[in-house]
Amino acid sequence: MVETHKIINNFSVKIATANGTGSQSANNIFFKTLVRMGIPTSAKNLFPSNIQGLPTWFIVRASSKGYQTMRRESEILVLVNRGSLVQDLKEIKKGTVVLYDQGLLQVPEDVEGAIYYGIPFSKLARENYDKPRLRTILTNVTYVGALAAIFNLDKQTLTDVIKDTFSKKPKVVDANLKAIDLGYDFVKENLDKKDVYHYEHDTQTKDHVILEGNQATALGAIMGGCTVAAWYPITPASSMSETIEKYASRIRVDDKTGKRKLAIVQAEDEISAIGMAIGAGWAGARAMTGTSGPGISLMGEFIGLAYYTEIPVVIVNVQRVGPSTGLPTRTQQADIQLCAFASHGDTRHICLYPGTIEEAYELTAKSFDIAERFQTPVFVLTDLELGMNLWTSKPLKYIDTPFDRGKVLTAKDLDQMKDWGRYADKDGDGICYRTLPGTPHPLAAYFTRGTGHDEKANYTENNEDYRRILMRVKKKIDLSPSYLPKPIIEDEKGAKIGFISVGTTHYAVVEARDELKEKHNIKTKYLRVLSYPFHEESIRSFIESCDKVYVVEQNRDAQLAGMLKLDFEALALRLKTCAYSDGLPMRPGIIIDRVLGKPWEIN
Amino acid sequence: MSDTPTPTPNTNRAGLTRKDYGGHPSTLCSGCGHNSITNGIIAACYDLGLHPHQVVKLSGIGCSSKTPTYFMNRSHGFNTVHGRMPSIATGVELANHTLTNLGVSGDGDSASIGIGQFVHAIRRNTKLVYIIENNGTYGLTKGQFSATADHEALDHYKNVNKYQALDLCETAIICGASFVARSFSGDRKQMGELIKAAIAHGGCAIIDIISPCVTFNDHPESTKSYAYMKEHDFPLQELGFVPSFEEIQVDYNPGEARNVKLHDGSHLILKKLKEDYDPTSRLNALKTIDAAKQENHVLTGLVYYNQDIPSHAKLLSLPDKPLKDFTEKELRPTKEEFEAILKDLK
Ligand SMILES: Cc1ncc(C[n+]2csc(CCOP(=O)(O)OP(=O)(O)O)c2C)c(N)n1
Ligand code: SF4
Ligand SMILES: [Mg+2]
Repeated sequence: MVETHKIINNFSVKIATANGTGSQSANNIFFKTLVRMGIPTSAKNLFPSNIQGLPTWFIVRASSKGYQTMRRESEILVLVNRGSLVQDLKEIKKGTVVLYDQGLLQVPEDVEGAIYYGIPFSKLARENYDKPRLRTILTNVTYVGALAAIFNLDKQTLTDVIKDTFSKKPKVVDANLKAIDLGYDFVKENLDKKDVYHYEHDTQTKDHVILEGNQATALGAIMGGCTVAAWYPITPASSMSETIEKYASRIRVDDKTGKRKLAIVQAEDEISAIGMAIGAGWAGARAMTGTSGPGISLMGEFIGLAYYTEIPVVIVNVQRVGPSTGLPTRTQQADIQLCAFASHGDTRHICLYPGTIEEAYELTAKSFDIAERFQTPVFVLTDLELGMNLWTSKPLKYIDTPFDRGKVLTAKDLDQMKDWGRYADKDGDGICYRTLPGTPHPLAAYFTRGTGHDEKANYTENNEDYRRILMRVKKKIDLSPSYLPKPIIEDEKGAKIGFISVGTTHYAVVEARDELKEKHNIKTKYLRVLSYPFHEESIRSFIESCDKVYVVEQNRDAQLAGMLKLDFEALALRLKTCAYSDGLPMRPGIIIDRVLGKPWEIN
Repeated sequence: MSDTPTPTPNTNRAGLTRKDYGGHPSTLCSGCGHNSITNGIIAACYDLGLHPHQVVKLSGIGCSSKTPTYFMNRSHGFNTVHGRMPSIATGVELANHTLTNLGVSGDGDSASIGIGQFVHAIRRNTKLVYIIENNGTYGLTKGQFSATADHEALDHYKNVNKYQALDLCETAIICGASFVARSFSGDRKQMGELIKAAIAHGGCAIIDIISPCVTFNDHPESTKSYAYMKEHDFPLQELGFVPSFEEIQVDYNPGEARNVKLHDGSHLILKKLKEDYDPTSRLNALKTIDAAKQENHVLTGLVYYNQDIPSHAKLLSLPDKPLKDFTEKELRPTKEEFEAILKDLK
């Protein structure tokens, strides 16, 4: 076939493999090569809650506009997994390009207009490597070589990526380069290009870094001065704590003494993990715990204690699909209300909602200031989508702002005082002064209790005392937004339809807005919340400027919309829900359908 | 310490009076064993000349867990949630391992809802004086059986306990404890020496103190009553605590006493009573407790001791300076280190 036109840097490759086969390493090499070529690329890992053998899919989307959502359909399929073949074959349509492991998979080349490239990946690996494990791993690298040959990946960049990835293991570099050549040469010698897809150098992402959201959060914790981290393993949060430990080993260890300026403890459960973080926060350390939904449920009682006794602590929730164990390796935003109101009794918590790598990093760093300033638990809500996928990002900025350690009285301060009350609102902002255990002063001590207490921290069951203290705590939280990150607003002249979204739902909103404008001539404006309690003024005026505002989020029950309706009661009728969740990241089509009034396939 | 004041008849080496170690008046039932333990804690801290600001009082929930309000008002205190005192203690230790964590718990608090945290604080050897005020019942919720109630014991309402009793000393030993003791709130001397030794120990020191609940578990059939304990308490040794700042006065023959050297340089002299008892053998400790139970004896004293288990702070390689005191400059990477991290992400 003669190439009539070329499609450059705007197509997706979906790779079907089995997990535990080393495919991740090959896929990352492929992804990194594209990023280094300067092509805006996103990578999504669809993986099972299992260690070995079940199907995984890796979807690499190049988009010169920088779109990041996972597309439902991919132009190119790479099939190397027998286990998912039946399912994968259904995705082949007219125009689909299929690379498959010839000899291993029975692929009937029968879809009209589809383009098939049969390449004997397994056979090539078998002929060239004698160790079975090496064969499996390098079969994956071989398809990267084939992709390079067919779609014009820059061979030099690819070589550099492999060299950098395995810089400490020259033998592994050689084995990988050889595997690349096997795939590459086979294609060059045996196949003619029949499709229209090409990668070409761009400049957009040349300086970008590549990292998972959990890495960004971990780096934020390090820059935020976290010194105590306690956690219990859970997907998709584990890698965050593990990365904190890794970074601590790199930069928090005294070369001479081996002493570590970070205590990280894998606790016996999430209750203990939050207990340690609260104990450490009470005693004056910047402390955190990282978990996912089930962990937050377990932490409930302790969160209320920290709220009522006013102890700083940072809780990162990398959300996954609930309820219960749900889909542990899929993404969702259904803990928005759980976190905002965690624990029994009247509580309301400060929450931060990063949606990008840079925000995960910066807001996590900032969360320690917020927690210490307001002496309260602070939630950082990310999700599996952000946390466990690789993202490209502009290089993160060095943070050199001083810590805000909040209102802490030292022995010197106490010398100037006759008396003080731990829960006395001296400044009228609802935030009281605290002392840390160990402060060498006879006045320093006070008693912290989750039971009713008065300004002096004494036990009380008096109704007025109780109400006064609880109202003051409310005031403190109510006044917090001026210190919290403001929503990000993208205005559009003449638009009367608005979107409000949160976290990683962002990416689908961006694409939906473009398509609505380009294909349907519908202009929209957009506000993304970064924190709770809400910035009253900016959100109010945004809603007021629209006839209709769709609140887009990844859950069933419109949790964010519910909270907005509560706070903006008079405008509630303008708020329309656009809540959808099936475990996959939000897609633009779902939003567009909602705006156009089309019913969703599954409601 | 050069600025140590000279003790006078009314002050200790910290220059403080006994009153400086006092707390609010107790609101517990009069005669409650927990009050005696409160007094024991005050006496021990006074005798040791602890600076109250270097002590942290921690507890869970229960009558027993209320007691930190009744001693040492000049120490920070934290009455946490039911069964979770050990994790708070661990957090305090991580933030500032120079403090002395004085933890008070109950048998409900530690043997039921908090058994997980009990076990794991022991495994980590968290720096914690861990006192369980054990009355075999849930005092605060009005007399239900606790997990330490003896099998077939009767409660206040004459119900029979169907389940096996959990022995916190045995459990602690099995979990790898470094210091395990049992005492009776009615034995002031023994309890006092054990609390002092536990403070000197520097790791997780478990003291299970039988502490009768006069309201719900002091009836004639109770095995946690004053009367029962008076008859069935069998001390393993006679204890003599010698603080680090004092010389050992008496010379004992090797066959007569054992000298346990504690982490901070103090000593606990274990004077032989009827039989010699070796507290450094786990198996021996378990066997002896078990044999005593067959005779309905409640063994008290230092049950087990192992000085070779490293402190939690050491296991984590914590710096001498408390983590809470580090500044941004000390905690953040330099610009160069940060750039190097980013470079690795390309
Ligand atoms: C999560 C939770 N469940 C139940 C309770 C009710 N509760 C309060 S004290 C207590 C038992 C206390 O028993 P113990 O620890 O033996 O203390 P004691 O009163 O006997 O000294 C219970 C069950 C609670 N406070 N929190
Ligand atoms: S109920 Fe029992 S444990 Fe509670 S204070 Fe009274 S005597 Fe003590
Ligand atoms: Mg009890």
